[in-house]
Amino acid sequence: MTDAESVPDRTARVVLVDDHRMFRTGVRAEIGRTEVTGIDVVGEADDVESAVRVVAETRPDVVLLDVHLPGGGGVEVLRRSTAVMGEPGGVKFLALSVSDAADDVIGVIRGGARGYVTKTITGADLVGAIFRIADGDAVFSPRLAGFVLDAFAATDTPPVDEDLDRLTQREREVLRLIARGYAYKEIAKQLFISVKTVESHVSAVLRKLQLSNRHELTRWATARRLV
Amino acid sequence: MASPDPVTSTGADGPAGGDTAAEQPDRPPFRKLYRSPHSRMLGGVAHGLAVHLGLPVTWVRAAFVLLFFANGIGVLLYAAFWFVVPIGIGEPALGSEWVWAGGQFVPAGASGVTPEPLRKGRRGRLGRLRDLLQGTFQGEPVIAEQAVPGEPPAAASRRNAGQLAALLMLVVGVMWLLNALHLQSSQPYAWPLLAIGVGVALVWRQADDSRWARWFGLTGGRRRSAVARVGAGVLLVAAGIVGFLILQGTGSAVGSVVEASLAVLAGVLVLTGPYALRMWQDLGAERTARIRAQERAEIAAHIHDSVLHTLTLIQRRAEDPKEVQRLARAQERELRLWLYRPEAAAEAAPDTLAERIREVVAEVEDRHGVPIELVCVGDCPMDERIAAQMQAAREAMVNAAKYGGGAPVQVYAEVEGRTVLVFVRDHGPGFDPDTVPEDRMGVRESIIGRMKRHGGTARVRPAPDGGTEVELEMERAADD
Repeated sequence: MTDAESVPDRTARVVLVDDHRMFRTGVRAEIGRTEVTGIDVVGEADDVESAVRVVAETRPDVVLLDVHLPGGGGVEVLRRSTAVMGEPGGVKFLALSVSDAADDVIGVIRGGARGYVTKTITGADLVGAIFRIADGDAVFSPRLAGFVLDAFAATDTPPVDEDLDRLTQREREVLRLIARGYAYKEIAKQLFISVKTVESHVSAVLRKLQLSNRHELTRWATARRLV
Repeated sequence: MASPDPVTSTGADGPAGGDTAAEQPDRPPFRKLYRSPHSRMLGGVAHGLAVHLGLPVTWVRAAFVLLFFANGIGVLLYAAFWFVVPIGIGEPALGSEWVWAGGQFVPAGASGVTPEPLRKGRRGRLGRLRDLLQGTFQGEPVIAEQAVPGEPPAAASRRNAGQLAALLMLVVGVMWLLNALHLQSSQPYAWPLLAIGVGVALVWRQADDSRWARWFGLTGGRRRSAVARVGAGVLLVAAGIVGFLILQGTGSAVGSVVEASLAVLAGVLVLTGPYALRMWQDLGAERTARIRAQERAEIAAHIHDSVLHTLTLIQRRAEDPKEVQRLARAQERELRLWLYRPEAAAEAAPDTLAERIREVVAEVEDRHGVPIELVCVGDCPMDERIAAQMQAAREAMVNAAKYGGGAPVQVYAEVEGRTVLVFVRDHGPGFDPDTVPEDRMGVRESIIGRMKRHGGTARVRPAPDGGTEVELEMERAADD
């Protein structure tokens, strides 16, 4: 993928949080060449304590956050970083995980992460995702899109709450294409809309997921014995 | 780059659906007059005529009723139509039956109009009574309720009442007609005639609904009951004729009349027997051939999926005897299981879609060493159709793993209502289904052919930014 975002006409400051040194080194090697990718890795952390500290000190644009961490996991990092997340232009979190368990995924998204990608992602895609997150958009991996569809599918029948709770037809379509493995650009092509529109659909989904669908998600999680 | 395969008339870029019409080469001609198997009161004559003429069904029914008062011509007409016009169930095209929906015949399953099973819960006493009556005539429960799945209970019971009334009115009408034809003097003839009429109706009704094929293929109890029904019909007719003769005062001549009739009958049998026998045999042979062809296609698809792929793997790893042996052994075991103990193979398979597709993904991943990312939304119990779809999906995954250039393959499965959708996407160079040689079975037989045989659709199309996407769509067989 050679998105316009991956051309280094701008830079993003990134912190890597992962308890595996090898993985951090690999990611840094893959995306850390600032002159090519525009990514500047300003810090690393390997557990919750150090992650919270490093993030507070460096105030990066984006934190690549592993879901499983010693000391409480990615959710705990998110919980203790609300101060730096809240303000406009604040730190944004992108979950990067091997885990494809629904509770992990939904947990970090509910915790405030702006996106979720799995570790099978390519370097170029990851760079693109980081810039999207830095711009305030949301990035979903196919699996996360699947989880969200699944979660909202249960709410299809009864119109429970206000419209805010339900995904629009278009958002559903976009999620379905993400789940089928389409990149944002391909989705735009397929649906004859702009990439910006795709991004705004995805952001809308994230907003609904975080804010308004609380009880549906709880019900969904309970049904699957996740909580 | 892939382009739509003309054989399957796959929409290359259009959304799913919309091309079902083109996919059904054996669609029955609409303008031909058929009796309607559904939403009928008696024989479906009025409904069929109404559809044929494009008139409201009420008008046609009213016309029949009006004609009835013109010396009973309406009843005679109706009976004539009933006997002569075939019922509108096309010869079931293997696996798919035509259903009556939205004013036209559509193949069940192909466009989402699957007749639902009987809903026992919402039939009232009236409905059961009618079923009993119609069951006597038809030999099986009425299927009216299957035709209108979404019908509210009130409307259903209204229809039940209507059909019951129609049946009663038919009986009353026939009596009245007999009365009118044989006024006071010949009153006694009414009863033999009625017996003959009921007998004929029994036999004709039995043969109705294009059930001949099923009738002959029936097993056990149903077949016995069918024979009993026809026997009763014949007995009634015979009794009616004898009664008629006795009433006419020719009772003494009954013996000779029967003798003469038997002689004529025997003659007719001798003359037409060979033809009938021949026709019967041809029919059977044709059926067998069709079933055999389908079976062969299924076996070919399976052999292709399993044995041929293993042979390819063996060729690639020819220098590693251990691996070759392992592959060959595993394949032998699987093939034996499939050939000789199909029920065990079916038992071993998991019984929900999500589990099954996870298993398939793991298996293909293991064997071909290409990562497959699976996203599964929703779940449903397995049935025969979904199992076929899973086999087609497996084949699509194998293709994607083999020709996808080693990049992760993406699989997305979704259960939406009664539809099960599976997408398999690779990031390989793509291919053109038209240029695939005839003898390559992969896409044509294992994916497209298999989906078609089980009443689903498969589309192969290029993905927007390179690669190929296979879309498999299947209706679930029944409610869970």
